Amino acid sequence: MKFTWFNLMPWPDLPEDFREKNRSVWVDIPNTLFDPVRANEIYNTYMDQLEFAAAVGFDGIGVNEHHQNGYGIMPSPNIIAAGLARRTTDAAICVIGNSIALYNPPIRVAEELAMLDCITGGRLVAGFPVGTPMDTNFCYGQIPALTRDKYDEAHELIMRAWAETEPFAFDGKYNQLRYVNCWPKPIQKPHPPIYVPGGGSIETWDFCLDHDYNYSYLSFNGHKAGKALLDGYWERVSERGDRDDHPGRASFAQIICVADTDAEAEELYAEHLLYFFNRCLHVYPGYADPPGYRTLKTIKAGKLAQFRKENMKLFQTLTWKDLVEGGFVIAGSPDTVREQMEQMIKDLRIGTVFCLLHMGDMPDWKTRYSTQLFAEKVMPQLQDIWPDYDMDRWWCHPLEDRVDTVATMPAATRKVDRAGNSLS
Amino acid sequence: MSTATTTRITTRRGLAADVVEFGTDGPPLVFLHGAGGHLAHEPMLETLGESFHVYAPVWPGYGPDNTETALEDMLDFTLHGWDVVDQLNLDRAPHLVGHSMGGMIAAEMAALNPGSLDRLVLVASAGLWLDEHPITDIFAMLPFELAEVLFHDPVAGEKLLTAGQDFSSDGALTEFMVGNARRLGTAGKILFPIPNRRLSKRLYRITNPTLVLWGDDDRLIPPAYAAAFAEAIANVRLERLAECGHMIPHEQPAVAATLIKDFLA
Repeated sequence: MKFTWFNLMPWPDLPEDFREKNRSVWVDIPNTLFDPVRANEIYNTYMDQLEFAAAVGFDGIGVNEHHQNGYGIMPSPNIIAAGLARRTTDAAICVIGNSIALYNPPIRVAEELAMLDCITGGRLVAGFPVGTPMDTNFCYGQIPALTRDKYDEAHELIMRAWAETEPFAFDGKYNQLRYVNCWPKPIQKPHPPIYVPGGGSIETWDFCLDHDYNYSYLSFNGHKAGKALLDGYWERVSERGDRDDHPGRASFAQIICVADTDAEAEELYAEHLLYFFNRCLHVYPGYADPPGYRTLKTIKAGKLAQFRKENMKLFQTLTWKDLVEGGFVIAGSPDTVREQMEQMIKDLRIGTVFCLLHMGDMPDWKTRYSTQLFAEKVMPQLQDIWPDYDMDRWWCHPLEDRVDTVATMPAATRKVDRAGNSLS
Repeated sequence: MSTATTTRITTRRGLAADVVEFGTDGPPLVFLHGAGGHLAHEPMLETLGESFHVYAPVWPGYGPDNTETALEDMLDFTLHGWDVVDQLNLDRAPHLVGHSMGGMIAAEMAALNPGSLDRLVLVASAGLWLDEHPITDIFAMLPFELAEVLFHDPVAGEKLLTAGQDFSSDGALTEFMVGNARRLGTAGKILFPIPNRRLSKRLYRITNPTLVLWGDDDRLIPPAYAAAFAEAIANVRLERLAECGHMIPHEQPAVAATLIKDFLA
């Protein structure tokens, strides 16, 4: 079982009346709310936390890509990953991922991920999301009805760029490149493990199964709501019959809060989760579904309430009880959390959990407290939950003998003489 | 008032399409609808059918045929317009009339091939972008928000858009959402995220006499765009309509039909 510590990097200072005063936390959020001086502290705190998670034994640390978003100040996950690469030694660096349809040309993704794989000695886990409509269409201007087609082409280009050993011409619909010649190349062969975050479309399930990639269901709705979706995925796996039911094929994101007791979990974490659910998730529905982005089949299966006028002014105001009972969050003492996590991992049949242990405006000390308790008292009992499977199949395979970047840090300031000998 | 009949054609590209016709006598007039497609009634076209043989093709993505994947960019759209005209087997060059997105396509068709049409009428046409007058982003709007930007009188407009359907029923709303996803998904290929595919570089080629019609209260594409079209096209007449929003063919059908008829006479 793999546990990846994930930070969305939310802005922690959204005002209490944010929802009343603003249409959306995403796309057209007032950028005057962003304080670059404060961000100096926030970015470094969040990166410290990711490094802390690596130090206490998480298998991976995870970053992702969002644009113009109040709960994600990480438009370039690769920049954060590069910082983490140099201050960690063993944890996988999970970039989940680059919205490949947005990179022009997408060869940029092949290059940057190869750089990360080389710097980390093969610790990269790469993600290729299609991207949300907010990011992809409204912030980055991609035409909704052509987004998936552009994604497919970008995927083909990146994988060929990594695989081919000679320069080749790529005559795509969206990318015409006369000389594709990926330089550098990733350490991991034939390529780093690929995770595809999805929201439940059958097209994405098939894409993962066609290419033998990991399917990652990343939502904030928790394991109870996720069950129906992952059941659908596993049904699809068995219906196709061309792939095994190895739990490593699927991952899931879960919000987790650990404290000494269940009561202490509520006392410590409730306000920060409510900040996230009741402030950060205020997305204008018009940005969530530009015509052409979703397939017609998905629309027919979808929920309609958000498109009705009478529901527009009714903000959903969730309570801690709603979050715990609804499975949005797994919270409580180490025993409570362990028990629910075990149930979840088996119910959903997953090989990787993206652990959301920092949420909303949670202060640094609480994040560390919860993370440490999870690492010490929960994770060890869950690691061998799938004894009959090779859980490294969809995981990175680092070099045995790789540069220890943390150990070389003091040497970075080393001066030498004419003969190359260290001075002092 | 003429009545509508529908015929089916197949273009040389192989795309099947319905063409709604009004009237049978008079010079041919090809009308291209806007991003919302035809509404239940088309009173302006019914009136024009008294004086012209009106051909109103249903655009890919707007009819029963799933042909819209064949059209990906502005040139595909423009050529599809001419492909349809070619299949009508007209004995003379038609007048070309386009509303909103249809105006954009008609203007592109005229710029590409000005000798193949008679006169051009642009009705609240898309196709240009002025930084000082940003066009409202219909792709980020919810269905119930549309009437407000499309009509001078949003209450009356809402009724025209919904055509008496009750969207409190899930079935009707789902059907609308699916249709809307196809229609605007297709329109998005030339209108998203900014409805500008550099038509302004090609308008100089339009030498045909051109009428530009604009509603005074157009809150989708403001009247500043009427002036921009009038400035860029050589042989142009500009007419503004009072108490009228973006949906000219539905909000002022009689006035618009008279202006078009007089111009084409």
